[in-house]
Amino acid sequence: MAEDDIDLSALDDDGLVAQMHDDLYDGLKEEIEEGVRILLARGWTPYRVLTEALVEGMRIVGEDFRDGILFVPEVLLSANAMKAGMAILKPLLAETGAPRMGKMVIGTVKGDIHDIGKNLVCMMMEGAGFEVVDLGINNSVERYLEAIAEHSPDILGMSALLTTTMPYMKLVIDTLKERGIRDDLVVLVGGAPLNEEFARAVGADAYCRDAAVAVETAREFLRRRDNRRASA
Amino acid sequence: MGGIEAWLDGRDWLLADGATGTNLFAMGLTAGESPELWNETEPARIRALHQAFVDAGADIILTNSFGANRRRLALHGLAARTAELAAAAARLARDVADRAGRRVLVAGSVGPTGDLLAPLGPLTEEEAVAVFAEAIEGLKAGGADVVWIETMSAVEEMRAAARAAAACAMPYTVTASFDTAGATMMGIAPAAMAQATLGFRPRPHAIGCNCGVGASDLLASVLAITAAEPDAVVIAKANCGIPTVGAEGVRYSGTPALMARYAALARDAGARIIGGCCGTTPGHLAAMRRALDAHRAGARPDLETVVAELGPLVSPPPRAGATRRASARRAS
Repeated sequence: MAEDDIDLSALDDDGLVAQMHDDLYDGLKEEIEEGVRILLARGWTPYRVLTEALVEGMRIVGEDFRDGILFVPEVLLSANAMKAGMAILKPLLAETGAPRMGKMVIGTVKGDIHDIGKNLVCMMMEGAGFEVVDLGINNSVERYLEAIAEHSPDILGMSALLTTTMPYMKLVIDTLKERGIRDDLVVLVGGAPLNEEFARAVGADAYCRDAAVAVETAREFLRRRDNRRASA
Repeated sequence: MGGIEAWLDGRDWLLADGATGTNLFAMGLTAGESPELWNETEPARIRALHQAFVDAGADIILTNSFGANRRRLALHGLAARTAELAAAAARLARDVADRAGRRVLVAGSVGPTGDLLAPLGPLTEEEAVAVFAEAIEGLKAGGADVVWIETMSAVEEMRAAARAAAACAMPYTVTASFDTAGATMMGIAPAAMAQATLGFRPRPHAIGCNCGVGASDLLASVLAITAAEPDAVVIAKANCGIPTVGAEGVRYSGTPALMARYAALARDAGARIIGGCCGTTPGHLAAMRRALDAHRAGARPDLETVVAELGPLVSPPPRAGATRRASARRAS
C-alpha cells in the first residue's frame, strides 16, 4: 500500500490515534492536521485530542530522542507536525477552558545563538498544556527580569549550547536571588554541555537533558509546589 | 604551505592546543561577552594564551575566532567586523607561532554558524558558504596556515565551510562534536562523518572529533573513524572531563594525569593530531606533551579499556538493536 492509501477517516478512534502517533513519529504535518480535524468532527474535546493524540505521540518521539534512536532533524519534523496540529487546537482550547498546567518564560542566554533545543522544549511544553513565553536567543539578565515581571511565570527556562555562555545562567540566578524572587520560580536549565551537577551549582532547580525530560520535570515541580501550598 | 605530510614532517603525531573559551574566562572574560572582540581589546591576553600553549609544547595553535562569523557576531552588534576580527585573531597567533623558535602551525578556527541549514533551518548552503568565506578571508589575511573547521554537527554545514575554504584557496581540516548517543546532535555517526568529509573535493587534510561530552566518548568516536578510514589523518581534541561550577566559575573535572592518559590512548587509537578542547589548560597540555613524547606504541585500545582508564561514557550509544519504531505507512 502506498503512503496516501491510508484513509484516516476510515479508521476507528483507537486506530486513528495509533496512526497519528506513527505520523507524528514520521513528522507528517498534513496527516496530523487531518487527524486532528477528524477527531474534532467525531466530537472529541480539543483537550482530549491534544493529550491522547498529540502529547502522547510526542512522548513516544521524546523517548526515542532520549534513547539516541531519533536525532534533531527527525524531532524537528515531529515537532513541526505537532505544531500544525496545535495551531488548530489552540483557539478551541482557549474557548473550552482546558486545564492550564502553568506558565513558562524561556530563552537562550546572552552570547548564545543556539535555539534548536529550546524551540523543541517550547513546543513540547505547549503541547503538554503549558503557556510558553519564548524570549528567543541572546537574552540579558535585564531581559529575563523584564519578562518575569511582565508575565509572572511559574517556571523560568534557560538554555545554552556553548561552554562559554553557560556560566551566564549563574549570573541570572544570582540576580534573581538578590531581588528576592528566586524562590517564586522553578528554574530549569538545559543544553548539551550542561549536567545535573552544573545545574545544582548555579542554583537551578533541575537540569533537563532534553525536551521530554523538561516537560516531565516541569510537571513534577509544579505538582510538588502545589502539594506544599495545599498543606501549608 | 604543503599538505598534511609536510605538516607532520616525518613525525607520527602533532600536538594541537587546548581550550580557548574556557581559558579566556579564567583570564577575565565575562559570560555573555564576545571572545572574538578580545582580539582587539585584549590582544596581550590572547597572545599570552597562545604563548602558554606553545610553551606547553603545542605544534598547532587555534586562533581565537570560533564565533567570528557574521551570524554569531551579530549577537554583539559586530557582524560588519567579521573579517577584521578574524584577521586580528590570525595575526596574534601568527606572531606567537613565528617567535616560537620551532615550527608551530596557525590553525584558523571556524565554528558553526549556530543556525540550522535549510530545509530544517533558515540558512541555505550557499548563504552558509558566504558566511564562512568572509571569516576565512580574514583568517587568511591574518596569516593562518590552515582552516580548522570544528565542533560541527551537520554534514551540510561542514560542506559549506569546506567549500568556503576551497574558495579562499586554503587547506582545511574538519572535526565534529559527537555529543549525542555516539553521534552528532543531527544524528551523524563518526564513520558516516568521516566518509562524507573525505568525499569533499578538495579533500580535507585531516578529519576527526572535538568537544563532545567527555574524553571516553570522544575516543569511542576516534576508534570508529580510524576503523572506518584507516588511511585518514585523524584529529582528537577532547574536553577535559565534565564541567562543574564552583565559586571561581566553571571547572572541568579532568586532571593533567587523565588528559595525559587520554593523549596516549588517542595515539594508540590511531589519532595523529591530538589536543584538548573545553577545560584543557596549558598545564593539562604540558602533561599531554610529556605523555606523547614518552609514548611507545601500544595495542589499539577497545572501548572497555578506554572506559576502564578514563571513566564511563557520558552519552552512550543506544542499546544494541534499538531502531526506529515501525509504522503502518512505512511498512506498507
